[in-house]
Amino acid sequence: MAWLRRNLVLILGIAVLVYTFVPIFVVVLMSFNDPASRLIYSFDGFTLHNWLNLCEDPSMCSALGRSVQIGLLSTVVSTILGTMAAFALVRHDFRGRSATNLLIFLPMAAPEIVLGSSLLALFVGAGFAGQLGFWTILIAHIMFCLSFVVVTVRARLAGLDDTLEQAAMDLYATPQQTFWRVTFPLVFPGILGAALLSFSLSFDDFIVTNLNAGQTTTFPMYVWGVAQRGVPMQVNVVGTIMFLISVVIVVGGEVVSRRRSRALA
Amino acid sequence: MTSTAGVAPLAETDVTQPSAPDDVPPPSGRKRGRIGYLLLLPGLAWLAVFFVVPFYSLLATSLFDPSGSDTRGYDMTYHVANYWNVLQDYWQPLLRSLWYGALATAFCLVLGYVLAYAIAFKAGRWKNLMLVLVIAPFFTSFLVRTLSWKLILADDGFVVNTLQFLHVLGDDGRLLATPVAVVAGLTYNFLPFMVLPLFASLDKIDGRLIEAASDLYANPVVGFFKVTWPLSLPGVVSGTLLTFIPSVGDYINAQLLGSPNQRMVGSVIQSLFTDANDYPAAGALSVILMAIIVAMVLVYVRRAGTEELL
Amino acid sequence: MSQAAETTRGHERPAPPGEPSAAPSSDGLSLRAVTKSFGGFHAVRSLDLDVPRGSFIALLGPSGCGKTTTLRMVAGLEVPTSGTITLAGQDITRLKPYQRPVNTVFQSYALFPHLDIFENVAFGLRRRKAKDVDATVRQMLDLVELGSQARKRPAQLSGGQQQRVALARALINNPEVLLLDEPLGALDLKLRRSMQVEIKRIQTDVGRTFVHVTHDQEEAMTMADTVAVMNAGVIEQMGAPAELYENPRSTFVANFLGQSNLIAGRVVSRSADVVTVDMHGIQVSVPAARSHTDGDGGWVGIRPEKVLIGEAGSQLDAPGNTIPGGVVSDVSFVGVSTQYLVRMPWGQELQVFSQNTGRTRIFETGDQVELSWRPEYAFLLDAAQDASAGAQRADSD
Repeated sequence: MAWLRRNLVLILGIAVLVYTFVPIFVVVLMSFNDPASRLIYSFDGFTLHNWLNLCEDPSMCSALGRSVQIGLLSTVVSTILGTMAAFALVRHDFRGRSATNLLIFLPMAAPEIVLGSSLLALFVGAGFAGQLGFWTILIAHIMFCLSFVVVTVRARLAGLDDTLEQAAMDLYATPQQTFWRVTFPLVFPGILGAALLSFSLSFDDFIVTNLNAGQTTTFPMYVWGVAQRGVPMQVNVVGTIMFLISVVIVVGGEVVSRRRSRALA
Repeated sequence: MTSTAGVAPLAETDVTQPSAPDDVPPPSGRKRGRIGYLLLLPGLAWLAVFFVVPFYSLLATSLFDPSGSDTRGYDMTYHVANYWNVLQDYWQPLLRSLWYGALATAFCLVLGYVLAYAIAFKAGRWKNLMLVLVIAPFFTSFLVRTLSWKLILADDGFVVNTLQFLHVLGDDGRLLATPVAVVAGLTYNFLPFMVLPLFASLDKIDGRLIEAASDLYANPVVGFFKVTWPLSLPGVVSGTLLTFIPSVGDYINAQLLGSPNQRMVGSVIQSLFTDANDYPAAGALSVILMAIIVAMVLVYVRRAGTEELL
Repeated sequence: MSQAAETTRGHERPAPPGEPSAAPSSDGLSLRAVTKSFGGFHAVRSLDLDVPRGSFIALLGPSGCGKTTTLRMVAGLEVPTSGTITLAGQDITRLKPYQRPVNTVFQSYALFPHLDIFENVAFGLRRRKAKDVDATVRQMLDLVELGSQARKRPAQLSGGQQQRVALARALINNPEVLLLDEPLGALDLKLRRSMQVEIKRIQTDVGRTFVHVTHDQEEAMTMADTVAVMNAGVIEQMGAPAELYENPRSTFVANFLGQSNLIAGRVVSRSADVVTVDMHGIQVSVPAARSHTDGDGGWVGIRPEKVLIGEAGSQLDAPGNTIPGGVVSDVSFVGVSTQYLVRMPWGQELQVFSQNTGRTRIFETGDQVELSWRPEYAFLLDAAQDASAGAQRADSD
């Protein structure tokens, strides 16, 4: 009983954690499902069919490809622009700092539906109603990823001990060498984290995308569409793969940092 | 002695400090000059053109004459009546969204606090691993996860059967297409937005403070409410904001797990834009939603006394 | 403040003061009229300092006294507001840190966390495209006894090991001047003592100029040949540790370096070698060479361990200054010595440290005693100075 009381909070915490994994478990299970009917959603039998025939519905794979493409492009652009801005915010002095901070904060605070409808109002107002699609989605994704990149990289940069850079300069490193040999490698985990976050935000976005996509379909939009008429099990395969990739990345990162920081012992 | 005055200029590298007045040189870490503006320009320009300007477009759209259409074009007539009209037509989904959002935020706070507290104080060497596990499921598609809940809560599913067996639900009772399912979905989907800021604030609390409280005759419950909870308030405030705002605007959960009776305002805005092509009404409803959220956030943040968060 | 500056000027130095362009000492480090202001705050005020090549100097002072700012200006991490810094005859005032032959051991070591020990130490050599980096680094690591740790990361080392890496990383570049910014501050007492000896040994071996910044007087006196006591942006007094301790020129130095009894007095007469001072009705003499004021009044200073204590009426030390009428008000037995507080007739409590040689008995609170000291140990300070300036709050260790 005493043990239970001492560990009650931990047990409850683990229970919450388990709860967050319940749907993932179902997704993984369903990726091996051999459904009796597309409309009735239950586990009827084990099969590898879904894994082996991922692109049975070619429109799913093309939506998936488009999402990956948009995700990569918006990640690259928002990571570069956001990292530059983060450096400016931490390392440079300029006028209008508080206005800048507000401008970076607001896109994260506004509900997606407002972000999406604003952009749509702009595109339509500017006469681009007919051109909605890949490029307008990309513009929107870069917009909402940017703030997250700035915030993530800024936190890393602010936590960086600036005597390290002074030490580099003291040890004959020019400003360029100091940047590339000390500052950048130390900020890199933050930049990488920001890039991963951007990709997953972009890849996962539905509300903003749906408003600005025109006739173009991304993976979340595809799922939305088929949710009404019956979901192909391959969607669960994609969900499982995404989960596995994220686990490999975060656990891998954890292992690397643990190995690095493991004390002498 | 000049000790405090002497330390201050050297300690100026703190980034959270406001920019120095003009007669004081910039702190040693911050450089002046054009490069700062050049680095900032592309990102800020992007946000200005694709975030600020669109918001003005939205405001303008909300005041257009409703008799126009997206194909023929709209006339700007400062038609404030749009606002009145959408409030009359859609006050129900609007209120419902705020209510569901508030409920989901409250559930997230309870679940998230337990989890964040366990990770911060009880996880020991498993702290990082548990933190990773909090985030990992949420890299899987939002929609796929929500569909998974649809399956879990399905009418002949395990959960419903169990609840029926326990007579929590009637024999023909269901979870899908009820507010319970929608709020549960919202709670689930926005939980990490609560856990991470809560953890960040709890993790900063020095464990010795809690020991000091118990040394000073506070039992664990009193110690929690007098020490831990007040110190975690910044995390509570940012966590609740990060959960409440997106859940009010969300309509995926309502659509996939609810019925038309659980329709939320995001869904109304979406269909006004894309199905009804009633841009002025959609714009007005968006602006109203944003205004309500901003007002609530301001009042809330002022109440909680943590304005520096903004 | 002006008084303090006066004190600095009084110190012997090759170049006359007030002439920044005067030829600096040939091959050492020299600072001329160096001032550093942050906004309206003057961290360092018109500082002159000469460090001969190969010497080990400590800048000692409380936090905020400007010692770290001075060090950072020598390192090139701060640019002086005015004044010049020369090294071996070359003006380095405005050279970038990477352009000057000066290296620093940072307070928190500032080891690069993403590089292993070997690469940390090799960093400076690689930037200067030195040859034989491998062999040189190996040799250096062996010197600091970290040869086996070369491929570890800084976080995997103990505090003392990190400290040695920081030292190796700076020393390997053969700097003209090695700057040490509170290098032992993060170590525990025992390790600190052994590192003090170690650093002193290395300095003797390599024969380079070391400038060491610290707030720990014991550390400064143990390690350095010359100690410069800084306060409020100026050097109060500079000299060999013993000289500073035995003959402080200001109340700040008298209190900051060890402890002092400072008793208000009035100058009665001055002769060529003795100043006679009336101290609350008791006449004491102070050697003229130890008198640091020209005024009518002054603080008579005496170190607690120089004060002898005896029964009232005993003739303690015939040629000494004898002060009767004391009452013991506090006794602390600390083993090797006993520390007394003695209340004098004029109300002041004086500190007396008495060696426990066994020759005298240990007094108790309330005992009537008389105090005495040899005139050659007393010093006389300017009455205008604050008698509590530089007094230690509970020692920071």
